Amino acid sequence: MATVTYLEAISMGLREEMLRDSNVYMIGEDIGVYGGAFKVTKGFIDEFGEDRVMDTPISEAGIIGVCVGSALMGLRPVAEMQFADFISCGFNQLVNQAAKLHYRWGEAVPMVVRCPSGGGVHGGPFHSQNPEAWFFHVPGLKIVSPSTPYDAKGLIKAAIRDNNPVLFFEHKYLYRRIKGEVPEDDYIVPIGKGEIKREGKDMTVIAYSSAVHWALEAAEQMQKDDGISVEVLDLRSILPYDKELILQSVKKTSKAIVAHEATLTGGVGGDIAAFITEHAFEYLDGPVKRLAALDTPVPYSPPLEAHFLPNKDKMLKTMRELAAF
Amino acid sequence: MATKKKLNKKPVKSKPAKTQSAAAAARNRQEKTFLRAADLDLEKFEPTNEQKKDLYYYLLLNRAFDDRVAKLYRQGKIIGAAYGSRGQEATSVGSTYALGKDDIVGPIIRNAGSIIVRGLPVKNFLSNFVGRSTTPTRGRDGNSHLGDLELGVFAPISHLGSLVINLAGCALAFKIKKQPRVALTYIGDGGTSTAEFHEGMNMAAVWKLPFVCIIENNNWAYSTPTSHQNLTPDLAVKGKAYGIEAIVMDGNDVMEAYRVSKYAIEKARAGNGPILIESKTMRMKGHAEHDDAFYVPKEQFAEWQKKDPIIRCEKYLLDHRVITAQENEAIKARVAKEMEDAEEFALNAPFPNSGDGVTGVYAD
Repeated sequence: MATVTYLEAISMGLREEMLRDSNVYMIGEDIGVYGGAFKVTKGFIDEFGEDRVMDTPISEAGIIGVCVGSALMGLRPVAEMQFADFISCGFNQLVNQAAKLHYRWGEAVPMVVRCPSGGGVHGGPFHSQNPEAWFFHVPGLKIVSPSTPYDAKGLIKAAIRDNNPVLFFEHKYLYRRIKGEVPEDDYIVPIGKGEIKREGKDMTVIAYSSAVHWALEAAEQMQKDDGISVEVLDLRSILPYDKELILQSVKKTSKAIVAHEATLTGGVGGDIAAFITEHAFEYLDGPVKRLAALDTPVPYSPPLEAHFLPNKDKMLKTMRELAAF
Repeated sequence: MATKKKLNKKPVKSKPAKTQSAAAAARNRQEKTFLRAADLDLEKFEPTNEQKKDLYYYLLLNRAFDDRVAKLYRQGKIIGAAYGSRGQEATSVGSTYALGKDDIVGPIIRNAGSIIVRGLPVKNFLSNFVGRSTTPTRGRDGNSHLGDLELGVFAPISHLGSLVINLAGCALAFKIKKQPRVALTYIGDGGTSTAEFHEGMNMAAVWKLPFVCIIENNNWAYSTPTSHQNLTPDLAVKGKAYGIEAIVMDGNDVMEAYRVSKYAIEKARAGNGPILIESKTMRMKGHAEHDDAFYVPKEQFAEWQKKDPIIRCEKYLLDHRVITAQENEAIKARVAKEMEDAEEFALNAPFPNSGDGVTGVYAD
């Protein structure tokens, strides 16, 4: 076991997969000599050569599109979007070509698109978004979003071994702030499986990525200040998400909050809330609450961004509102 | 204005003067914005007589296939729209026929000929126009939207320009895996206006990929003339911007399409980077069967009818005694019979069960 940052865990996972399978290669803007805007692939070009660590022109559609083509010819590409925000430029290749290909003609498209996402880093409207919901609506894609170093390594490895296009949302705020123990051996975290990060009996918070952290902090305080026992469920995978685990937990606690950092309307939380009311209505003792960012672009200036983002205090407020039912 | 003059001027035939050094000749070639077939030494790419017969057969089958689709469309038997390639058969057939067995082609909507040349039986191909289960898509997609890696066919999507990137991606895999394979795809004059065309061409150029892209300049993008897509009459000039070789060919001459494509494919295979070919041709019908092409001047159709690729090929083969009149009739009869059987097969093939469409969204 080594204690590493969330970023180092991703890097470890990528490196291990590169060593394990010579068909795996990395492609993206400035990922080679520079090692990536966030240094996730630092040193890779020296170790694996420029044929397997490819710097590209500024062409997000191009990056995703060559991943599709090369995946069909037997490689397992891992693309890096320099920031998740730029994935919009490659939207067509993902949602129309990659996502529909296996359905249309039965060929697998094993590819991963890594998306450094999330706010709290004062990146402004174009370097802070959490665009997972854009893709949540697309059959054929998978979406994962880890909250811990252990899950980050296990999920990137699972994503690379998956035979479908997988979007890997890695949160920039967590990159160097979150550390944890990560085995040096080979392991994967299966896609589609969530995990209870904190056991509780009075309410469930269903979260992923950064939201897991402020949910855990708020849960701790609820226990201490209010004597309310909160269960925190980390989805880890967003598409598909772990419906079984959600039902298990909600049937036990009878109260649910869905939390994510992406904006509220049309977000993943809405679908999960609908799923819970459809399948566990008779167990509920209150409305399924959602906590998310405000429905605006991500603002730049610190006070504006702080107001926009969900956080521990907003989480506490939501928990108390629900506890009152 | 010197550049502009150069652009519009018909490039000089490439026979270098005897006094010109090889280096000077090479420089001269480099300075040209694009080459024409006549500038290239294509003698060694001349198809054999057997290959010429093959090319003719495929042209006829491509035409007969389209005619059959049009007929079935009017009878209300085609599901959805019916897109054809009338007038452009020589480009698809000549270029795809120039590929090797392990190469891959990404046909778009006017390249039925490519799919036929790669060996998909016309009965299964036609099944895809009538939504049956006897096609590579099993009814999940229609018309010429199909792919089959066994045949080396990469399925298109409707979004133009996308395949340029995808086939560049195939070529990237060939380069990484050090395989002597080439990827070929097509784009229309209208499709060159897309961002994805640009991104794909640029990446292929920068990485010197074994990739050939053929722009089929058929004068019309649905109802929009090429002049409303591009200010330059010759789309091959785009090659210069990517720093790659670009060639203009007569897209209605199947022999030239074969020779030029073969030259480009083998050059790309040898590691010289991608080549852009502009095929000058004409879409002889509307965008699809529902479009009567009222906006195309009658004179333009009449002018291009004289260059019909099938009539030209037939005349060439008879004049050069590659085939006899009897053989010609035999080939035509064979094609007619194949299409007759294909229709019989496709219209009697089963539709997929309604529940079949819920599987296969994800690969295992």
